[in-house]
Amino acid sequence: MEKFTRFTGVAAPLRRSNVDTDQIIPANFLKRVTKTGFEDALFYAWRQDPDFVLNRPAYQGASVLVAGSDFGTGSSREHAVWALRDFGFRAVLSPRFGDIFRGNSGKQGLLAGQISEEDAERLWAAIEAQPGVGVTIDLVERVATLGDLTVPFAIDDYTRWRLIEGLDDIGLTLRDEPRITEFESRRESWRPKTLPVK
Amino acid sequence: MGKTLAEKVWDDHLVARGEDGAPDLLYIDLHLLHEVTSPQAFDGLRMAGRPVRRPDLTIATEDHNTPTIGIDRPIADLTSRTQIETLRRNAEEFGVRLHSLGDIEQGIVHVVGPQLGLTMPGITVVCGDSHTSTHGAFGAMAFGIGTSEVEHVLATQTLPLKPFKTMAVTVEGELRPGVTAKDIILAVIAQIGTGGGQGYVLEYRGSAIRSLSMEGRMTICNMSIEAGARAGMVAPDETTYAYLKGRPHAPEGADWDAAVEYWNTLATDDDAVFDAEIFLDANELEPFVTWGTNPGQGASLSDTVPNPAEIADANERAAAERALEYMDLAAGTPLKDIHVDAVFMGSCTNSRIEDLRAFASVIEGRTKAEGVRVMVVPGSARVRLQAEAEGLDKVITAFGAEWRFAGCSMCLGMNPDQLAPGERCASTSNRNFEGRQGKGGRTHLVSPLVAAATAIRGTLSSPWDLEQEQASAPVPSLQGGAR
Ligand code: SF4
Repeated sequence: MEKFTRFTGVAAPLRRSNVDTDQIIPANFLKRVTKTGFEDALFYAWRQDPDFVLNRPAYQGASVLVAGSDFGTGSSREHAVWALRDFGFRAVLSPRFGDIFRGNSGKQGLLAGQISEEDAERLWAAIEAQPGVGVTIDLVERVATLGDLTVPFAIDDYTRWRLIEGLDDIGLTLRDEPRITEFESRRESWRPKTLPVK
Repeated sequence: MGKTLAEKVWDDHLVARGEDGAPDLLYIDLHLLHEVTSPQAFDGLRMAGRPVRRPDLTIATEDHNTPTIGIDRPIADLTSRTQIETLRRNAEEFGVRLHSLGDIEQGIVHVVGPQLGLTMPGITVVCGDSHTSTHGAFGAMAFGIGTSEVEHVLATQTLPLKPFKTMAVTVEGELRPGVTAKDIILAVIAQIGTGGGQGYVLEYRGSAIRSLSMEGRMTICNMSIEAGARAGMVAPDETTYAYLKGRPHAPEGADWDAAVEYWNTLATDDDAVFDAEIFLDANELEPFVTWGTNPGQGASLSDTVPNPAEIADANERAAAERALEYMDLAAGTPLKDIHVDAVFMGSCTNSRIEDLRAFASVIEGRTKAEGVRVMVVPGSARVRLQAEAEGLDKVITAFGAEWRFAGCSMCLGMNPDQLAPGERCASTSNRNFEGRQGKGGRTHLVSPLVAAATAIRGTLSSPWDLEQEQASAPVPSLQGGAR
């Protein structure tokens, strides 16, 4: 997982609340066998509308999504995070997230930062005043900056630490690698081995 | 204070004990894979440039999507074929042993592991499949995991986990002929409910459990998940060792002796304390069937369809009302009056050789009820061959049933083996959820003996009904879970 400290990218305003995971990625995309390549599925229904915010030229290449309250509610599908990530998003700011979505985000390196309702309005207004403007996300300081507007966002210490260190679950476990190897050296010879016998 | 079986196995696999609320890091001895839940895990490894840490502790088989007839033809359904082909590519790329359709070791993942002797006491087993609990019959700690966890095990051979709670499920007494392991577990689930085991490892104990064969114990542990439990376990004993000895991957020589010495220490200590306990009297048990749409909605076959109005709990009452509507059943109907359109004999719950023998012993020399479709699907290619060596296939086809190739089949209908809307099925599988066996299909969970008697009579029946029907005719030899 890429380390996440501070970056600047185009911000897209999604003026909607209660965006559930079915809207982020509809169920018929769940049949796929890959963990990548879900960019075409993101907000599939909405993107059929040429006026949808992510279809506008100014927001091409957006990497920060500023959304309304209750983003990522609904089913537990990890695909919602994969779709956002594959589309190019590295951070989503919203006044409130679905719990499972927020947990899945942290594991996949997508920053889910909580902002106040007022700051969401301020960010939307500032972005819409100059579409395509860059926003700087500083995870160390937990602030988002757009010109002279700076808003704080909340993220729990543990997730922040993992994102800054670039540790997914597996990376975290592999920090204990010597202990795994040591455990394996003690493993009794009667325990199962799957390699073909004889 | 002493330790339970589950605690002993857990503690013996601790790579690191979690501190300050962090999970323990548990070593995994055996990782089973199938085509449905593994693709994204392999893709995750690929993205991160990670290898499979221990291909020698990993094994894959194709089961959920495989056809059970015409297995030499390409799979017609595109999604099914893609999943199978993806598994084949991944197994090759990452060096994982795979048993493909047509291979002699192919079969349902939970049948293949024990059959190869890979499943043994005192080990940890995981698979991206909830019925991994099956393997607990050997005294292993075995549980289902999600796809992210599959990736985690592939990469590290470990899992971060919080310890499970323990529940003793004690079944004392002697089963009557015609009553089997399946009836025990259906009765347990009806007693504690589909959420009753949540967060627990169930340890099945007592004289009725001890007297069961390994097949019977696997049937019981298999359905632990249907009570909401993480896993089910039975302490290893001579029955376990006799089943395991001589299998391809079972330890040999000095390894065997060392293993048995260790396995003999695994039983729950007398002074160990369980977090919860329940009891069941085996002497009282009758053949048991489900009438609803979750495995907890069951009753003795001699009962009637319950009246939801008499259920005190409001949620359960509403669930029962919905279930009866879906199942198209009226309260008060004797369960024995329920006609079926199909009988499915198979799934990781009941598709081992002993299950097929029990089924065949009842149908031998008879013909199936008119208009009832009977499908017999062995759990693995080896079980199929064994059955054929014993002539069971002849009994099955002479009866008028279909004799199929191995796989999950109509347990979940991911392949073409499905019920049509409105069709009713007596099934030896484990889930009677709405649409599980095909859209609009209706499922009654039953034992192999009940499946056989139902196939003969066309209504939900047990061998007891056959005996009554033909008091003068010879009684079929009954062998189910009890030896
Ligand atoms: S037989 Fe049914 S329950 Fe068992 S692994 Fe296959 S689909 Fe799952």
